[in-house]
Amino acid sequence: MQVRFKLNDEVVEVEVADDERALDLLRRLGMKGVKEGCGEGECGACTIIVNGKNVASCLMLAPELDGTEVWTIEGLSKNGQLDPVQKAFVEAGAIQCGFCTPGMVMSAKALLMKNPRPTEEEIKKGMEGNLCRCTGYFKIIEAVKKAAGER
Amino acid sequence: MSIRSTEEIGYSIIGREVKRVDAVQKVTGQAKFVADFDMKGMLYGALVLSRHARARVKHIDTSYARSLKGVRAILTHKDIPGENQLGEVINDMPCLVPEGDEVRYYGDVVALVAADTLKIANEAADMVKVEYEELEPVLTIEEALEGKIRVHPSGNIVTSKKIRKGNVELGFLRSDVIIEDDFYAHYQEHTYLETQGILAIFDSDYGLTIYGSMQCPYYVQDAVPRVLGLPLNRVRVIQAETGGAFGGKEEIPSHVAAQCALLAYHTRRPVLLVYPREVDIQTTSKRHPIKSHYKIGLSKNGKINAIEVVAHMDVGAYATLSPIVMYRSLIHAAGAYDVPNVKIDIDGVYTNKVPCGAFRGFGTPQVFFAIESMIDEAAERLKMDPIELRLKNALRVGSRTATAHLLKESVGAVQTIEHAVKISNYEALKRHVAEFNVKNRFKKRGIGVSHIIYGVSLGAAGQHLDAASALVQVHKDGSVSLHIGNTEMGQGAKTVMTMIASEVLGQSMDRIYMANPDTSYVQDSGPTVASRTTVFSGNALKEACEKIKRRMTEYFAKTREVSTDDVIFEGGTVRTLDGAKKTSFDALARECDAANVKLIETGWFRTPKLHWDPKTGLGEAYVTYAYATQIVVVEVDLLTGRTNVTEGYTSHDVGKKLNPVGLIGQVQGGFVQGMGYAISEELKTENGKILTDNFNTYIIPTVMDIPKKLKIDFVEDEFKTGPFGAKGIGEPSLMPTPAAIANAISNAIGKRVRRIPATPEYVMSLLE
Repeated sequence: MQVRFKLNDEVVEVEVADDERALDLLRRLGMKGVKEGCGEGECGACTIIVNGKNVASCLMLAPELDGTEVWTIEGLSKNGQLDPVQKAFVEAGAIQCGFCTPGMVMSAKALLMKNPRPTEEEIKKGMEGNLCRCTGYFKIIEAVKKAAGER
Repeated sequence: MSIRSTEEIGYSIIGREVKRVDAVQKVTGQAKFVADFDMKGMLYGALVLSRHARARVKHIDTSYARSLKGVRAILTHKDIPGENQLGEVINDMPCLVPEGDEVRYYGDVVALVAADTLKIANEAADMVKVEYEELEPVLTIEEALEGKIRVHPSGNIVTSKKIRKGNVELGFLRSDVIIEDDFYAHYQEHTYLETQGILAIFDSDYGLTIYGSMQCPYYVQDAVPRVLGLPLNRVRVIQAETGGAFGGKEEIPSHVAAQCALLAYHTRRPVLLVYPREVDIQTTSKRHPIKSHYKIGLSKNGKINAIEVVAHMDVGAYATLSPIVMYRSLIHAAGAYDVPNVKIDIDGVYTNKVPCGAFRGFGTPQVFFAIESMIDEAAERLKMDPIELRLKNALRVGSRTATAHLLKESVGAVQTIEHAVKISNYEALKRHVAEFNVKNRFKKRGIGVSHIIYGVSLGAAGQHLDAASALVQVHKDGSVSLHIGNTEMGQGAKTVMTMIASEVLGQSMDRIYMANPDTSYVQDSGPTVASRTTVFSGNALKEACEKIKRRMTEYFAKTREVSTDDVIFEGGTVRTLDGAKKTSFDALARECDAANVKLIETGWFRTPKLHWDPKTGLGEAYVTYAYATQIVVVEVDLLTGRTNVTEGYTSHDVGKKLNPVGLIGQVQGGFVQGMGYAISEELKTENGKILTDNFNTYIIPTVMDIPKKLKIDFVEDEFKTGPFGAKGIGEPSLMPTPAAIANAISNAIGKRVRRIPATPEYVMSLLE
């Protein structure tokens, strides 16, 4: 079937299979920053923002994207300028292997869009669905705080 | 003519807080992991796995699967042009299990599939018919020792290792307190966020190029030619961005690469083989389960007289790196103390379960959990504070380790204990915990201490691998290329290497680029393991940079008519001490290039030969040691058995801090990974099959689980041979944590934790 949606501020029209995952479609469209870590919605590496909410794209079917507004990590930085959330991750030293990073940043972005001044507990709640095996999360929390402070 | 070294004039980069050099690539999603490669005509690989813990493969029928449209190759053992043999240390693992032979665990690979799409590849893999004759498996250490069924024809003991220091019988005779106990440390799964993956590209001119997620490109460059029957110069291995590894990508990528390369070799097409999470957990190596019996004897004054250990490690179906892991378990089993009499016996046994191998800490968190529990138990028996007992027995300059290695320098052990006490405000902490426990009936807090030693790099058992090379080129525009043989897998190797080059050359960090390792550039530099990269690649890189700097200095001095010891490289400029003559590094590079000055150099680092006797286990086990002390507070819910780690204080002797941001990141990550091992990460198996094969059942810590406070401290007791005095941190970051948490839980509930992970179920069983 044909789906039409807004991807990183550009309209996309594309043929998809009924059982194609949103994750696979986005990667097929070149959004390789959307990572697959578990395929069952547990790790958050494939997190994207759909209509303002962070979702695991491995649990969403491509046809469900029809008519939505989708953001992936590729859409966050404009003309080489990092988004404040990305900048905060770099500055706080919140990145190690980098595999969870795009999903983490998207969850942080979705959180801050809804709640620009989250408490530490709210940050943890907002990031709970994203696993990281390298950093122990400390600097990720710091990064989200930093991004919130600089908005 | 002398040249001024950066050590003389003071550091400008080393020890400073800098941003990761690869951070922007990663935060924008541009960093290219192996699954992100798209090649024209690329095929997708899938595995046909054993469905039994132990069975004879009677017949493999691929004809039905082959008929599926889009299938390009289905390979079995008959299609292997070289040796059907994997295994870095012992030749006990087939690449593809042959008909007539046995599958030895659920993850054994029987056939390989390549197809136009991943979907077709998976379908075809399901359609391969394998006829098995089921056999009774060996599932426990006890069954293996019994020896009724043999996992391999050679028997069930992989290897045995021992230490005989002094006379433990005499030591126990002289002791006032003797304690014996049994401990069990279970599996741990790495769960790097990126699963295993390899892209193999066949080129008729060059041979094979392998891109992949890996720690050890040179292991891969060894394994692939062996299976394909090619010389090493026909296989080039390039590391792709690697999404975490923790030891899990030490040997395993050699297996994945051999599988993928076979498919590329037969189809003459690029093949991408990425393991789904379930396949990754089901098939790849884990931290070894270790059962141990400990006996310790002490005098009334707290001095340890003797330690005796008998331990068994569950190696699983194949040895992989177990003999080397066992070496590290052996050397660290008696802990970080000055003990005159030590007797240790460790056996590794085969079972029909997932093979165990490398995992951050490499066979030590399990034995530290045991010895540190014993030390706490002894402190209680002697009515002595656990800190005081550790201080009494800690290693100092002039002490001898458990292998009788005389320590001559860089022993920060005592300082780490003192610092941990200070940063935790230990006495007040004990009071607060006691007050909490008086007020709360169903929640109890406890404090746990652990103190560890860590042998840096591969040690006497791995010295044949313990060298490293580097290639540095200053281009004519002054930009610098770095090539080393060790990998970046998240730990920050690229950043620290760029810092070292920047420190020596005085060129700014953003003009220096470190490429991912490529086996065609530098000589085999050994594996990226054992917290050795900073010391080994760091020193090799430093040497190469110094050679180039020397030539540029000489050129500058000659053309400016100044003395070489009057020349300083700093902040992207080259100048005389008084600043009278000055040029940019970039301009000087261009001048040197035009004057035919050689601006490309290699560096090489190896350590002096270590003398260690495998018959007694005595001698120089490692080139140097790092130390750490940790104090944690836990809160245990007595109604559910659930443990929360609320505070952590940790002090690490790192020799010298090169990259403070990276160090803290390592310690934070290691702590949380160690915490998962201590309390939540329960790998469940049934008849040898892993049941917990994804994140919904194998529970690693989330952001909700981390302690409110983790205070980190570094002791700098410089190691003369390390680059700028540094030692490693990668593994010591995790090693003290499971022991400290287990001790804290014991302290909270008044019952000794003898098993990790101390899951809620286990804690409840202690409380009942």
